[in-house]
Amino acid sequence: MSVPNATAASTVAPPSTGRERRNVLDTLLRVRELSLVGVLAILVIGTTLYNDRFLNSQNLRDISLNVAIVAMLAVGQTVVVVSRNIDLSVGSILGFTALAVGTLFSDHPGISIPLVIVLGIAIGAGFGAINGALVSLGRVPSLVVTIGTLYIIRGADFQWAKGRQINAADMPDGFLSIGSSSILGIPILPLVTVVVMLIAGYAMRSYRSGRELYAIGSNPEAATLAGIRVGRRVFWAFVASGALAGLAGVLYAARFGTIDAAAGTGFELQVVAAVVVGGVAIFGGSGSVYGAVLGALLLGTIASALTILKIDPFWNQAINGALLLGAIAADRLLSLRVEHALRRRSVRRAG
Amino acid sequence: MPAELRQRLGRWETLTVVLLVATIIAGASSSPDFLTGGNFNSMLSDVTEIALIALPMTYIIITGEIDLSVASVLGLSSALMGSLWNHGWPMELIIPAVLVAGAVAGLVNGLLVTRLGLPSLAVTIGTLTLYRGLAFVILGDQAVADFPENYTNLGFGSFAGTQIPNPMVLFAVLAVIFGFVLHFTSFGRSLYAIGANEEASFFAGLRVKRIKLSLFVLSSMIAALAGVVFAFRFGSARADNGTGLELSVVAVVLLGGVSIFGGRGTLWGVIVAILLLAAIRSALTINDVADEVLTIVTGSLLLLSVLGPSAAARLRELRHGGAEPARPPVESGAGAAH
Repeated sequence: MSVPNATAASTVAPPSTGRERRNVLDTLLRVRELSLVGVLAILVIGTTLYNDRFLNSQNLRDISLNVAIVAMLAVGQTVVVVSRNIDLSVGSILGFTALAVGTLFSDHPGISIPLVIVLGIAIGAGFGAINGALVSLGRVPSLVVTIGTLYIIRGADFQWAKGRQINAADMPDGFLSIGSSSILGIPILPLVTVVVMLIAGYAMRSYRSGRELYAIGSNPEAATLAGIRVGRRVFWAFVASGALAGLAGVLYAARFGTIDAAAGTGFELQVVAAVVVGGVAIFGGSGSVYGAVLGALLLGTIASALTILKIDPFWNQAINGALLLGAIAADRLLSLRVEHALRRRSVRRAG
Repeated sequence: MPAELRQRLGRWETLTVVLLVATIIAGASSSPDFLTGGNFNSMLSDVTEIALIALPMTYIIITGEIDLSVASVLGLSSALMGSLWNHGWPMELIIPAVLVAGAVAGLVNGLLVTRLGLPSLAVTIGTLTLYRGLAFVILGDQAVADFPENYTNLGFGSFAGTQIPNPMVLFAVLAVIFGFVLHFTSFGRSLYAIGANEEASFFAGLRVKRIKLSLFVLSSMIAALAGVVFAFRFGSARADNGTGLELSVVAVVLLGGVSIFGGRGTLWGVIVAILLLAAIRSALTINDVADEVLTIVTGSLLLLSVLGPSAAARLRELRHGGAEPARPPVESGAGAAH
């Protein structure tokens, strides 16, 4: 459903006969979301055949709760990566916000819960604005900027916490129930992520500002010449990513109840992995938030399947890595084939 | 343009030297323990692995690529070493075996980048996960600590009665070789050429893919060596050795004035940055300042190292009425080659 992918697939379909079936297959493979759903289905069916405990409601609930936070970060990361940038500071922003939320509750008993949630999102958005300003006004590569802010924000987090730990007892039950209760049998946490995903997905596809991010990611110079305000768009992409990391921090606090300064350490690479597995091109211009969320879901489901299949959990990380490499290699091989087909067609036309 | 670039580059590296001297003065005036041999020893020991891996990382970033899998290769090599030791292998065989494993890990990175044409950022985030995972598969959560003393001394001890830690001697030798190759051989110049304009380098007859492949192999081999040093230094081989070190290595290389776009930077700049990091860390610890401050200082210096040159270019541009937008040389060069 990514814009550039869809157009590429339709231009490729050659008018010649006899090869339609293969082209349908090609298109199916190229729509990354479908192949992800396929892999996910095979994984779920295979694991369930081995042990039907996998599909019971408790296990599904656990998977969705575990995935919700990384998936939320993946939505924000997609917005940034599509514009040919990267935000490695999200794990630190999540940690800082989670600590801020916990501290607000413990230092000001009786503070309004919605206010704290809004403050959490605002803190994240503020960090995102710093990243965005450094990248678009400072004209420095986002990889370097966000490694820098990753360190600074995490350091500030530790300084602030001073070894202190916030416990569930410090936070009101109404807030903690966000992390544990359900609406109509569906846990709230993943529900929030799905709503955010749908909003972001709609905005990226149907709003001018969203589509301009794809244009910027495909070709920044061309986007500038076409009159797109590249700096402004990239700035807001980072604000969006920061705000969602802030929201993820709020959800983290509600889900785990225990927060120390190390919360969310190393999340950034998990999130980038989910985004890349989800078919978002690391150098921008293509991919969708749906793919990114499916990527996070797939990685989370594999972790759970390994437990059910009684495979040593030590294999989990190695399998994630292999999957990530497999996903980008398969993408590349497919696009090489499409390129090849295009070239052959243009040669045939010329002749 | 080149003269101007060189000037700007010189300015940043001069600044790191000034910062280093300032840190040493501040450290010495704040505590009488700062300028002692013992402190010098622990100051250098603390950055051993970062320093070793920063050497090949400098090469890789100069060619415009990146290798984020290094810390995982370090962990993999530690784990493999522990496991082979548990299986009764002699140390004389384990070390070469671990280096070969490192070379294979680098070959996988390099082949995916050069043969499939995948971005190294994505590939090495993948192998970062994969290699760390394999380390856990090999050793689980055990710690192997019964290495013979004559080997752990190599990591922990000092060189021939001086206060120079043994691994730093290894680093010094490697740094001289890496510096010589980068700045005084045609191979070194070809790295700058590739980083500045890969396409032009290819048409000029450089075997770009082969060179990049060799750099990824080199990087992982040095990371594997750092894994051995790490295990000896702490007397413990664990699968999680060196977790998260990759970003510190990248940070120190960029802090040393190497451009993330490739084509610019010097090895001595990186060495000064390593010393600066070591000195700041030591000055903070000796004054009982919390470790977190170091993280904040590292991050801020990193931002400063990229913002400084960019702000200078921006100012110049404004003064000249926006004559020419400042762009990384890679992009303008690629445009010209078409």
